Amino acid sequence: MSLYSFGLEPLSCHAWSKDRTQIAISPNSNEVHIYQKKEKEWIKIHELTEHSGRITGIDWAPESNRIVTCASDRNAYVWTLKDGVWKPTLVLVRINRAATCVKWSPLENKFALGSGAKLISVCYFEKENDWWLSKHIKKPINSTVLSLDWHPNNMLLAAGSADLNCRIFSAYIKDIEDRPGPTPWGSKMPFGELLLEYKECGGWVHSVCFSPSGDALAWVSHNSAISVADATKGKEVTQLTTGHLPLLSILYVSETEIVAAGHDCCPYQFSYKGPGCLEFVKKVDIPKQSSKGNMSAMQHFRNLDKKAITEEEDTDLGSLHQNSITQLCILEGLKAKVVKFSSVALDGAMVVWDFKH
Amino acid sequence: MSKNTVSDRFRKVDVDEYDENKFVDEEEGGENQLGPDEAECGLSTACIDVEILFFLTPLCKGNLMGALQAVLKNPPMNTKNQNVKDRAEGLVLKVLSAFKSTDIEKGVQSLDKNGVDLLMKYIYKGFERPSENSSAVLLQWHEKALSAGGVGCIVRVLTARKTV
Repeated sequence: MSLYSFGLEPLSCHAWSKDRTQIAISPNSNEVHIYQKKEKEWIKIHELTEHSGRITGIDWAPESNRIVTCASDRNAYVWTLKDGVWKPTLVLVRINRAATCVKWSPLENKFALGSGAKLISVCYFEKENDWWLSKHIKKPINSTVLSLDWHPNNMLLAAGSADLNCRIFSAYIKDIEDRPGPTPWGSKMPFGELLLEYKECGGWVHSVCFSPSGDALAWVSHNSAISVADATKGKEVTQLTTGHLPLLSILYVSETEIVAAGHDCCPYQFSYKGPGCLEFVKKVDIPKQSSKGNMSAMQHFRNLDKKAITEEEDTDLGSLHQNSITQLCILEGLKAKVVKFSSVALDGAMVVWDFKH
Repeated sequence: MSKNTVSDRFRKVDVDEYDENKFVDEEEGGENQLGPDEAECGLSTACIDVEILFFLTPLCKGNLMGALQAVLKNPPMNTKNQNVKDRAEGLVLKVLSAFKSTDIEKGVQSLDKNGVDLLMKYIYKGFERPSENSSAVLLQWHEKALSAGGVGCIVRVLTARKTV
């Protein structure tokens, strides 16, 4: 576990380059900063400043080395590296509300954008006119789309939204790809087809994640619960309510193990072995042993002088992060066997966690 | 300072009512929900038992546990009838008040996860309209329910679209 602080501003989102030596983050503003790793330090090498609204999502495509960013200014840009400079290309997403999240598809030929306009915009590059086009998925979304995740087959898209529903849509675009084969979620997949709709998730669905094989979908909702829908068992949904504060981000680290983190500032590990078998395993964070120790007389008077306190008061949380974790991301390892994952939080820090299977 | 002479009645208009895309919850028919059954709780007998058998602990405990389980069955979540909800809340409050302080923890332990969540919903409902002694009793129950259900339990009270 290692922590790196990028300053005092909350980090809304982050994305890693293919070799993990560069990280793109947004310090809760309209800019994206790209940092390069130099031994133990991170040096800022680029600033992407095209957006006029707060950046809400960043995704970095590993193979094609393109970054897509979306912001509350209702725009999305695709950035390509030309001669050492990142050049933006505007994407016509045609939304009239803020964009909330963005994700490249596994084959990187399209990306999905969620927005407050109650729709998902699936965008692809049209070669003839040299621009990015978008197709909308509207029905039956009733409120802001809060999170998106792609199925490994590059066709299915899971969306969690503020209308308390979790859905899986087909995002098959016939102009750019071949028809997909059948999956446990369904076989007829025209664009926008609804393959799963789980209503009454109990709260806003903050984050969704497909399992490595794509046969299960896990999500976390604002009622402090984590749920898993299993395609191989008739799309049955198992929900586990927790006694913690709501979780904001979820990640599959193997076919059965799930890590989720949120307002409790530390990641939790859950395990799903079948319908009805979703359970909490452990906290991934080892709490800091508060060592009261012996304060030297010098320390004592220094405290008195600077802070006017007579005892050493520890106001830090026991966890590494001091504020809500906003996003988890795979750092090292395959999706089916994640070795390291990263988290960014509202305290401006990025922590790299090790995961032992 | 000059008084604002232009009308500010517009500030009291609920704009959401005029929005054709207004979000509506999925309504489920809850007309046949009547809430907990008074006879089933053995409520009247439970109260009498508490007074008469006040120092005869085992029986008293047994009745109260049963009363607690019964009163938390069939919560009137889906119904729009306010009377049913009020009656249910009153019944629950009576049972909760009948417990001795030392028995509260056992009462909470006897509930499953959903029971604790439901209990917390009733506790907060009870906080909304405090009477002389209710808040003190409810606070004791709140403390025990919190240690059993965690903050997640309270979060679920806040996020639930259908309340008791």
